[in-house]
Amino acid sequence: MLGRLRTFRIAAWLGWQIESNWTDPFLFAVYSIVKPVAGAAILVVMYGVITRGDFSSPLFSYIYLGNAFYIYVGAVMAGISWAVIDDREHYKTLKYIYISPVRVPFYLVGRGVARFLTGTISVMITVMAGLLFLNLQLDLGTVNWLMFISALVLGVVMLANLGLLLAGVTLLIAHHFFLIGEAVASALYLFSGAIFPLDVLPDWLRPVGFAIPLTYWLELLRRALVGNVAEAFPTLSNFSNTQLFGILVGLTVGFGLLSTLIFRWCDHQARERGLIDMVTNY
Amino acid sequence: MPDDHAIQTQALNRIYKIRGGKKNEPKELIALRDVHIEVPRGELFGLLGPNGAGKTTLIKILTTLLAPSSGRALVAGFDVTTQAYEIRPRINMVSGGESSGYGLLTVRENLWMFSQFYGIPSKEANRRIKELLRVVGLDDRMNTKSSELSTGLRQKMNIVRGFMTNPEVLFLDEPTLGLDVGAARDVRGFIQNWVKQQSGHTILLTTHHMIEADELCDRVAIINQGRILACDSPSSLKRMLQREAIFRLRVDSINSAEPNNFEKIGGVRHFTYRPGEGHATLEFILEEEDVLTEVVNQLASHNIHLQSLEKREPSLEDVFIQLVGRSMEEVEREGTS
Repeated sequence: MLGRLRTFRIAAWLGWQIESNWTDPFLFAVYSIVKPVAGAAILVVMYGVITRGDFSSPLFSYIYLGNAFYIYVGAVMAGISWAVIDDREHYKTLKYIYISPVRVPFYLVGRGVARFLTGTISVMITVMAGLLFLNLQLDLGTVNWLMFISALVLGVVMLANLGLLLAGVTLLIAHHFFLIGEAVASALYLFSGAIFPLDVLPDWLRPVGFAIPLTYWLELLRRALVGNVAEAFPTLSNFSNTQLFGILVGLTVGFGLLSTLIFRWCDHQARERGLIDMVTNY
Repeated sequence: MPDDHAIQTQALNRIYKIRGGKKNEPKELIALRDVHIEVPRGELFGLLGPNGAGKTTLIKILTTLLAPSSGRALVAGFDVTTQAYEIRPRINMVSGGESSGYGLLTVRENLWMFSQFYGIPSKEANRRIKELLRVVGLDDRMNTKSSELSTGLRQKMNIVRGFMTNPEVLFLDEPTLGLDVGAARDVRGFIQNWVKQQSGHTILLTTHHMIEADELCDRVAIINQGRILACDSPSSLKRMLQREAIFRLRVDSINSAEPNNFEKIGGVRHFTYRPGEGHATLEFILEEEDVLTEVVNQLASHNIHLQSLEKREPSLEDVFIQLVGRSMEEVEREGTS
């Protein structure tokens, strides 16, 4: 176990060295600050047009916070799966990591830590922008911090599991699918209730939203931050906080097992097909 | 299988399935065929063959990166298919001709990071890094970002990465590929010293440089098209050609059609022709020395002026030619055409 923790720690250190290699601070600012704020701004403009500028509606906080915390989804999932491409194609070190005594899943999850940290910066900046400029209805004095931190930690574990699943799939695919992490995050955006309640979806698509843990995670975060506002929306209003936690824990464990199995299968396949040191030269 | 072997393979095969032009019709590329090798602990074992012979495929299987299609391979007594996690702490690998490493980390940071994956305490890791970098002449670049190193210096850094963990079995895949002559000589010297100093530690070295295999290896396996054709010490392999006579002739420039005539002379096992500026070099492997008379007569009948004639000792290149029927250069040329 100590070895696995050491692997995780060193991988997190490496990930941070890579992520924090901001030779051009302007580019870093664009990526970490302007990009999420611009993303939120697009949503705000659309919201403003549709509601004719009704920013005091509880729907605004619901949408804005859902969108802000969804940044973690892309950051953590893509961060973990991207490490496979980065090490295999760019640094050409994946084979050396593979033949060392590390447990590769712990290494990959460790590599995702840096993206989680930069994602946290983006989330904080987006929420701050909402508070300062958009009259976001968020009172830090009434936030249920215990619930917020518990949900956040559980959610990060859940996202790490999904990231590992994608990392396994990434082992089997060529470089030109390098955006798989962000592509999957974008696809799930529609089904997770991040920007609109699941009731808006057609009946046949709604089960997708109920089956993915992101839906319950975002709901818990919103309830912790703006409890009454979130409870006023119908989709999950019949569920208590405890029930939502229970579902999220269950799905996290379930997806954890699924991710482990899929990663092992992909790892086996990659060895069978000689893909661990594949360089596509794209 | 007995445990006194560092590496053992039995009937090892590897077939790659490559997508063909039409769907559902994958082509099969046989990379390894029925490979049997046994490498005792403490040996510096060479795998000599042209590009595409299957050397890297064999290393990939032995380092647990690639699964064999059939057969069995043991490293340090453990099965590569079912006991990869037992093998990995005991091995390391260095591949030549590539620029792997995290360019944004310094040389020391790159090496330290890998040492941590092997659980080497930081203090001990730093001591080893410092010492090995000094040995390969890279100590003055310890705090240089690896992206700022030349290919040769990066290769030296990777060599330190491989040796730093003091592995029971070390795989060196063309370790001098892409290095200049001086750097390659340094690396060969370092490998030789390491094996002498670390008793019981084993190196499997792949190369297509005959001199490297001859100079470094206790035993050499010659591999072509995935098959091991011969395996013995370099001197024993060369003794296979004891009965043959090998001559190098330097002559005036000749018409490019002329060499065809020499191949037809009875008793000529193999013939190579290398044109130069104002001269040409002809090399003959003859069944016996007497055949030389006929060769010289042929030269005279074609009005080719003989500048010099030298009888030379057999090399591993000659052994390869004897086994395959063509030189390694010819095989590689055919492979790329």
